[in-house]
Amino acid sequence: MSLRTIPALLLIASALTLAGCDKTTNNDANTAGELIVRIGSAAPLTGNQAHIGKDNESGTRMAIDDANAKGIIIGGRKVHFELISEDDQADPKTATIVAQKLVDDKVSGVIGHLNSGTTIPASKIYNDNGIVQISPSATAINYTAQGFNTAFRVMANDAQQGRVLGEYAAKNLGAKKIAVIDDRTAYGQGLADEFIKAAQAAGAQIVAHEYTNDKAVDFTAVLTEVKGKQPDLLFYGGMDPQAGPMARQIKTLALNVKFMTGDGGYTPEFIRLAGDAAEGSYATLPGVPLNKMPGGKEFETRFVAKYQPIQLYAPYCYDAVNVMIAAMQKADSVEPAKYLPELAKISLDGVTSRIQFDTKGDLLGGAVTMYQVQQGKWQALETLGVAH
Amino acid sequence: MNIFLQQIVNGLVQGSVYALVALGYTMVYGILGLINFAHGEVVMVGAMLSLSALGVLLGWDISPLMALPISITIAMAGCMALGYGIERVAYRPLRHAPRLAPLITAIGISILLQNLAMMIWGRGYHPFPVLFPNTTHTFGGAIISDVQIAIVVLALLIMAGLMTVVHHTRLGRSMRAVAENQHTAQLMGVDINRVISITFMLGSALAAIAGLMVSANYGLAHYYMGFMLGLKAFTAAVLGGIGNLRGAMLGGLLLGLIESLGAGYIGGLTGGFLSSNYQDVFAFFVLIAVLVFRPSGLLGERLAERA
Repeated sequence: MSLRTIPALLLIASALTLAGCDKTTNNDANTAGELIVRIGSAAPLTGNQAHIGKDNESGTRMAIDDANAKGIIIGGRKVHFELISEDDQADPKTATIVAQKLVDDKVSGVIGHLNSGTTIPASKIYNDNGIVQISPSATAINYTAQGFNTAFRVMANDAQQGRVLGEYAAKNLGAKKIAVIDDRTAYGQGLADEFIKAAQAAGAQIVAHEYTNDKAVDFTAVLTEVKGKQPDLLFYGGMDPQAGPMARQIKTLALNVKFMTGDGGYTPEFIRLAGDAAEGSYATLPGVPLNKMPGGKEFETRFVAKYQPIQLYAPYCYDAVNVMIAAMQKADSVEPAKYLPELAKISLDGVTSRIQFDTKGDLLGGAVTMYQVQQGKWQALETLGVAH
Repeated sequence: MNIFLQQIVNGLVQGSVYALVALGYTMVYGILGLINFAHGEVVMVGAMLSLSALGVLLGWDISPLMALPISITIAMAGCMALGYGIERVAYRPLRHAPRLAPLITAIGISILLQNLAMMIWGRGYHPFPVLFPNTTHTFGGAIISDVQIAIVVLALLIMAGLMTVVHHTRLGRSMRAVAENQHTAQLMGVDINRVISITFMLGSALAAIAGLMVSANYGLAHYYMGFMLGLKAFTAAVLGGIGNLRGAMLGGLLLGLIESLGAGYIGGLTGGFLSSNYQDVFAFFVLIAVLVFRPSGLLGERLAERA
C-alpha cells in the first residue's frame, strides 16, 4: 500500500468504526385489550460513559416494571408499558439519529438524553413531532430556554448548581485563586461558566481556565500549566471518566488544590478511579440526599437488589417515568398532546425531590446538595439552594 | 517549579508508550505492507488481562512484587496468542488479496475485540490497584513518579532488546529477509509463515507491556482505551517512517513531546485563541503534515532497516 493512500483508508476506517450498530426493535402485536404504550430511553450504552447510561436505562426500566405490575388503566384499557432503549453514544450526531428512530417507533414519551450535548439537538426533533421529553440529567440552561413546550427536566439546571458550587468554593472553602477545567461539552462548559460567574461574584479570582475533552485520560500537560498559576482550588466541569483520573494526576503532580466538580463526578466510579486521591474532593448533586426523601431508601434497596449500586441518575430516571405516567393517568390519555398540559402542572413527590415544573419545564425550586469524599465514600455536607 | 521541564517529563513518559505501540504497527507494516488496525485493541486486551490477573493474584495474598511479573507474563502470553490468532484468521487467508481486504478485516477485528472486551470486562472503568507506594522525585523542579521512571526505563530496554533481536539473531535475519522479498526469502529456505507469525506475536507482546504501562500510569483501564492510543501510535509510526524500527521509536518519543509541549504552550503563544483542549489535534495535525510534506516519514522507509 502506498503511503499516499493512508489518509483515504483512515477515513474509511474511522467512518466504519463510528458507524454504530443499529438494533431493530420488534413491533410485537397488540395483545387483545391491552394498550401497548412505548416509552423511549436514550443514553450512552457504549463508550466511556456507558456505566452511567446503563444506570439511566435501569432506573427507567424499574419504573416501567413497577407501573406494569400496578396494572394501570388509561382510557378504559389496561396499559402495558414497553421500554425502547436506544444508545446515543453520548454523541450529539448519534443523538439526533436515535431521536428520529424513537419518533418513528411512535413512543409516547422519551426519558433522556443523559448529556446536555445530546439532549439539546434531540429536543428539536421531539418538539417537531410533539413528543414529550423529560431529561433526567441534562443541566445546560439552553435545553429549556429554546421555547419548546415538550422539554422538561427533573434536575436543577447549571445556573442553580453552578451558583451553589461557586459560592461554596469562594465562601465556605475560602478559595482565593481558582483554576477551572472543562470538557467543552454543553454540560461541562455550561457548568464551568456558571461556576466562574458565581465564584467571581463571591470574590474569588479565576487564575486559569483550561480545557480538555470527554474522551481524554491524560491531563498531565494541562495540570502542569495550571500548577504554574498556583491556584488553591481546581474546579472540573465534566463527567467522572475524566474527573477520576484527573484527581489522581493532581496528586501525582503534587498540585496542592482542593478538587471540586459537579454532578457528573458524584459517582462511586469517581472514587474507584481516583483511588485514595479522591479523599476530600467535593461534588454537588441537585436534589436532596436519597435517604432524606420519602421512599428514597426503599428505592435504593430495591434498585441495588435488582441491578447494581446506583451510579448517578437512576433515581432521576425513575422519577421522570413516574411523573410521565402520572400525567397520562390524570389526562386519561397516552397521547402526548393530551397529557402534556397535565405534565406541565404536575406535582408529585419523587424519590429525589418534589417534582414540579416552572413555565420553561425546569424543576421548580431546585435544591442542590454538596457532598465530600470522606473515608472513601460520598458524604452529604449540606443542602443548599432553594428547597421546597 | 520548572514548567518546561515538567512538560518534557510528561512528554517522554507518554512518548515511550507511543513508541512501544508504534513498534507493533511498524514491524507488521515492514513485513507485510499492511496496517494492523487491530493493534490498538491488543494493547487494550493486554491492559485488561494484566489487571484481571493482578486482581486474582492479589486476592490470593501474593505479594505485589511477585504478582506484577506474573501478571505481565500472563498478559504477554495472552496477547501473543491473540496476535497469532488475528494473523491466522484475518490476514493470512487474504495475503494475496487486494490491499483493501485485509484493512477491512483489521477494522472488523478491532470492533470485534472492543465489543468482546465490553462483554467480558463490562462497560466500566477498571482502576489499577496501588501496588507500591508511588513516591515522587523532584529533578530541577519537575516531578516524576516511580511508575513513570519505570515506564521510560523499561521502554528503552525493550527497544534496545528488539533492535538486538532484529539485527543480531538468526530470527532477525529471517525477518529482514521476508521484509525485503517474501518470495526470495522463501526460496532461500525461510519459513515465511513462521516468521510472520512470530512478528505478530512480538508486536503483541510489546502491546501487552504498553497496555500495562498505560493503565499503571493513568490508574485505569477501559475497553475503549485502545482506539485513540492505536491511532496516536500509528501517527507516531508514520511520523518516524512506517516500516522503520528506529523511526517508530523516534516518532513515538517526538509525538509525546509535541503533544505535551503543544498542550502546555499553545494557549500562551496564541494569546488564548487556541488552548490545551487541542492536545489531541496536534497528533493528527502532525500526521497530515507528515503525509503531505514527507510521506516516507522523518527517517524514511529504508529497506535494510525494515523488519
